[in-house]
Amino acid sequence: MTLYGRFDFDCIARWITPGERVLDLGCGDGALLKFLQQEKAIHGYGVELDPGNVSACIANGVNVLQFDLERGLSGFEDDSFDHVIMSLSLQTVRHTVPLLKEMLRVGHEAVVSFPNFAYKPHREAIAAGHMPVSKHLPYDWYDSPNVRFFTIADFDALCAEQGIQVRERVAFAEGVEVSEDPNLNGELALYRLGRLGSGTGV
Amino acid sequence: MNDPRSVGLVVPQTARFDKVLELTSGASLPGFELVYETYGTLNAARSNAVLVCHALSGSHHVAGFYDAEEPEKTAGWWDNLVGPGKPLDTNKFFVVGVNNLGSCYGSTGPMSVNPETGKPYGADFPLVTVADWVKAQAWLSDRLGIDTWAAVVGGSLGGMQALEWTLAYPERVRHGVIIASAPKLSAQNIAFNEVARQAILSDPDFHGGHYYEHGVVPRNGLRLARMVGHITYLSDDQMAEKFGRQLRHGEHRFNYDVEFEIESYLRYQGDKFAGFFDANTYLLTTKALDYFDPAFAYGGDLRAALARAKADFFVASFTTDWRFAPERSREIVYALLHNGRKVSYAEVECDAGHDSFLLDSPHYHAALGAYLEGIVL
Repeated sequence: MTLYGRFDFDCIARWITPGERVLDLGCGDGALLKFLQQEKAIHGYGVELDPGNVSACIANGVNVLQFDLERGLSGFEDDSFDHVIMSLSLQTVRHTVPLLKEMLRVGHEAVVSFPNFAYKPHREAIAAGHMPVSKHLPYDWYDSPNVRFFTIADFDALCAEQGIQVRERVAFAEGVEVSEDPNLNGELALYRLGRLGSGTGV
Repeated sequence: MNDPRSVGLVVPQTARFDKVLELTSGASLPGFELVYETYGTLNAARSNAVLVCHALSGSHHVAGFYDAEEPEKTAGWWDNLVGPGKPLDTNKFFVVGVNNLGSCYGSTGPMSVNPETGKPYGADFPLVTVADWVKAQAWLSDRLGIDTWAAVVGGSLGGMQALEWTLAYPERVRHGVIIASAPKLSAQNIAFNEVARQAILSDPDFHGGHYYEHGVVPRNGLRLARMVGHITYLSDDQMAEKFGRQLRHGEHRFNYDVEFEIESYLRYQGDKFAGFFDANTYLLTTKALDYFDPAFAYGGDLRAALARAKADFFVASFTTDWRFAPERSREIVYALLHNGRKVSYAEVECDAGHDSFLLDSPHYHAALGAYLEGIVL
């Protein structure tokens, strides 16, 4: 059932209403947007900096904008998208809080996913004296594109502190949803976020 | 010369229109001619036609060559883009290159004979705008039996024509391809144009634009104009890398002859250009650039101006282009986003400044090629 081998795509698709306007930040080769175009007939745009990925998006029939996310989203209008997605890239940008706020300014809701650094095998690696290397953290410490290292518990705390509403949270391990102690048992976390005081509907 | 990726030997054609063309300025032309070239074959559904619009010094000679003995010397200005198997693939598309009104390359312009006087128009040739060019191009489209362009493509001033097409004839363009362009000139852009114009206008050989009758050309003014323009086409980095402070004679000679290599280069470019280009054409083309501003009629609101567009878009800019910097292309992109248009935007790293759009840097051609390949006929 999982297309493109990405179980998180199916989860994201559940949160998307057909025909929505979707902005995918750090969209890679456009696989998620292509999937959502096929499954949900969305009007999608990707933001991507890597030139090879830009061409790949175009070849995939996905609108792509070669912008640098570190420059922010200031060119995008308020509420101009239904969902702004950042799939497995939040840990690669420096300006985490401004970016999250910008996502919720431009989009009615934000969807973010990230690798959970507190996943049990990662804790064990640290306990054994080494930085974790795993499927979702595949890099050695010296060549990792990741610049922010955080856990589900950390992210929950940040959202509470910043007035960002967590509308749904799903954790996965080995492609399967985990319910018990996600901060220990989840290797990947997926969040549906909103502004406090605005709607909650999917 | 048997390059399978070249469209080969090409011959320009001429379309004559015996009908009054009303111009933006209020002036009109009693009739006119447009010179054009075509590459590839128009399909039965007439759905594969692509129009290529030229920039300041360009022409209808986009691809192929005029002389089989000297294919490289006589190649079209965008030959690296257009041909069988190239990004704008003539196996798929029927490509039309058109020379604009006011040009010195064969379409009706200041060098043409004014039917009212029997003498060349010279300075009496009316000022034409990007909208006028596009209107004339639309007449040519009718003549060629092309109701809808699969794409209208252009770089720099050509990109402005592509944008204008999507606004003036939204039903007739399916894809607008706008490269190294801008939604309007900045004050700095206009300033450079004005210096170029003053160089020409103040040349004693200009004779108020009627220099043809005097058997002279304002060569010095045109040369200066091109030198100024050329500076804006290159990047600071590229100039530093190519010329730096290299000395012609390895020493300072304390005179006004060429000392630094950059001086030699600019003089050479100026001399070359002044040898073949027409000063009146240069003047009116820079004015067409200055006037272009589709948002002008919308109180400066580009988003409102672009609401008419129905095409999908590909927009590209180059990191070292300071004439039409990436920021200018992003203005177009954001205005298109506001209107819900489909748009892809590539910001290409290339050190060649504004002229990058004429080069074939891999990421540029990969992105543009992927976009053109994705056009469904």
